[in-house]
Amino acid sequence: MTELINVTEPDKLTDQPEDQDKLTEQLEEQEYIINMGPQHPSTHGVLRLVLSLKGEIVKNIQPHCGYIHRGIEKMCERLTYQQIIHLTDRLDYLSAHHNNEAVCLCVEKALEVEVPERVKYIRTIIDELGRLASHQLWWCSFGMDLGALTAFFYGLRDREKILDIFEETTGSRLLQSYNCPGGLMNDIHPNFQKRVKEFITYFRKKLPEYDELLTGNVILMERTKGVGFLSLEDAISYGVTGPSGRASGFACDVRKHHPYSAYDKAEFKEILYTTGDTFHRYKARIDEMWESMKILEQLIDNIPEGDYSAKMKPVLRLPEGEYYQRVESCRGEFGVYIISDGNKTPYRIKFRSPNFSNLSALNIIARNFKIADLIAIGGSLDLVIPDIDR
Amino acid sequence: MTNDQLKEKITAIEPEAVFSENKQYLTLSIPKEKLFAFAEKLKGSEALKFDFLFNITGVDRQKSLEVVYHLDSSVYRHVLVVKTETTDRENPRIDSVCSIWHTAEFHEREVFELFGIKFNNHPDLRRLLLEDDHVGYPFRKDYVDDNIVQR
Amino acid sequence: MKFDEFRDNDSLELFKKPGGNILLTTIDDIIDWGRSNSIWPLTFATSCCGIEMMATGASRHDFARFGIEVYRASPRQADVIVVAGTIVRKMAPVLKRLYDQMSEPKYVIAMGACAVSGGPFYYNSYSVVRGVEEVIPVDVYIPGCPPRPEALLYGVMQLQRKIKLETMSDPRTADTQRPKKEIDPETDFNNYQFGIR
Ligand code: SF4
Repeated sequence: MTELINVTEPDKLTDQPEDQDKLTEQLEEQEYIINMGPQHPSTHGVLRLVLSLKGEIVKNIQPHCGYIHRGIEKMCERLTYQQIIHLTDRLDYLSAHHNNEAVCLCVEKALEVEVPERVKYIRTIIDELGRLASHQLWWCSFGMDLGALTAFFYGLRDREKILDIFEETTGSRLLQSYNCPGGLMNDIHPNFQKRVKEFITYFRKKLPEYDELLTGNVILMERTKGVGFLSLEDAISYGVTGPSGRASGFACDVRKHHPYSAYDKAEFKEILYTTGDTFHRYKARIDEMWESMKILEQLIDNIPEGDYSAKMKPVLRLPEGEYYQRVESCRGEFGVYIISDGNKTPYRIKFRSPNFSNLSALNIIARNFKIADLIAIGGSLDLVIPDIDR
Repeated sequence: MTNDQLKEKITAIEPEAVFSENKQYLTLSIPKEKLFAFAEKLKGSEALKFDFLFNITGVDRQKSLEVVYHLDSSVYRHVLVVKTETTDRENPRIDSVCSIWHTAEFHEREVFELFGIKFNNHPDLRRLLLEDDHVGYPFRKDYVDDNIVQR
Repeated sequence: MKFDEFRDNDSLELFKKPGGNILLTTIDDIIDWGRSNSIWPLTFATSCCGIEMMATGASRHDFARFGIEVYRASPRQADVIVVAGTIVRKMAPVLKRLYDQMSEPKYVIAMGACAVSGGPFYYNSYSVVRGVEEVIPVDVYIPGCPPRPEALLYGVMQLQRKIKLETMSDPRTADTQRPKKEIDPETDFNNYQFGIR
């Protein structure tokens, strides 16, 4: 624990300039603690950080989570697998579909159900659309954190286009719950393919605009380049995955290394940078948007005909045992660990949330940088708080 | 590396490991006294190099409390599941693996809070998620709370 | 207004008492018009519903058309707190304090099933507060999980109607107070302040 501020004889210090200088001097020498959050616009939710500062330099960060801890894992122990899917949406709401998919894949693996090819393709496509939407929203809020309000409006303008596609096919804008064990809730809308293709043509034109607006911006460069380093060893040791980990050179893309659904059918590059500073975390996400569009283009025309769901029993009982499924959500590796005792509800279910591990690295990334840089670093990690607390 | 090859290598460094059936990942359990030394070997050994700990799960097995570690190797991409358990429900203690994998710090704090398992040598074992005055360990099977509306 | 008297949203205007001083009512109208068209919300989003709130503020739906102009990060500058998301026991005292820090007149919109009643976390959860009305009084409820941006806009318009009913003599004409529950030390919101359950 750092020492609390203890200004010697504060009563005797007056408003006189020399006294004020003395006070400033004393403050600069000692570490003091300030509290940031839980209600703070740039923590993207209700994260609370207790910072010890020396002058303006961050010396230590202690995250206090739990302001949105809902006990979802415990709740799931009383729910059937079909019901659980709807709760996983609410973990990381920006990668709702990825979370659904993880549970479904895990249940399918346990029951040894082979889902139709069509389902695999559609799942992958919706995954990538979701990733695009999530990265767009991240881009908005990252811009906003650094004071670029224009970014907010541009990013959300394009995001609405994806949400329209979602709404048409899945029936919901944000939390789709489109998966069910064995397949999908519904078939895709007849317009789906057409609209996705339209969107890709549209967004291919718009994405360079993002670069023009923000990437080359002097203020952004100054505030992100050379700020907040995360080395490769630390990234692996702290389990930082997703674009944040790949910016440090940690090849952790589950889509590549443990492929699921139709990812083995698509060609794409795993974005890797080596510096691991804030700018490259930013860059990794922008590049990932290009890769996502590439995947979409390859798959959208090849959706095979067939059923949208395999035949499943109405009541699912997983055979006794343990099952694990990893997927790549928008922020990193999401995992579902189900321990079943043969009942229709899981004995224990654990969600490995990417943000939880990413948050643990915040201390070493932001240490010894200015407090203003902490905002940029926090933004570049793209934390979603309900996913941390679960 | 297939699971069988992996099994051979691990038996070579730790003969006491008990392997259990799992179709997906190689699973083994280890007595809790041996855990730390074993973990060090898993990360240190050149042939295994389990450097990425991606999940720690606490499980309440009613008779005992179990901690499950999911390990991955960023070089070879093989996965191993290590389990350890303690039968002491009043004052359960397990060695911390924080110094080997830093990510364990947060995961262990979570397990400590929700299951009440204390980790020896943990640098900063504090509450993470619940209020400071919360009584009981909510993820244990015998946890009761008047606030819950059962269905 | 009694809680039971409230029939539907359309009956809201019936509650305005007729009559009054011609000067005062005119001033009332002007003040209400001004106030209802410049509501400043607090950026308070705990989870999923917050994203829909952001979408409402952005390009397509454009909150600002209704005068809900600037999101304020400080409760001292805000008029309305849109509770967008789940409130858990650890957060409840913080929410209460935020509400207390806002200056009068202040309004609360409960957005989403979680803020209305606990929503998907009503059953089996040991930490979720079942509805924010256990902590602070609510003016407008918006159901949905998450509510569409249009629903939020509609909710805001209802709040504006409520504000337009206010007079100097009777500041909160349209307050639908829920029948007071018996004070139960276990759930009484004052206890949240001190972290006692
Ligand atoms: S009502 Fe639904 S969308 Fe809104 S915060 Fe609750 S779970 Fe999330």
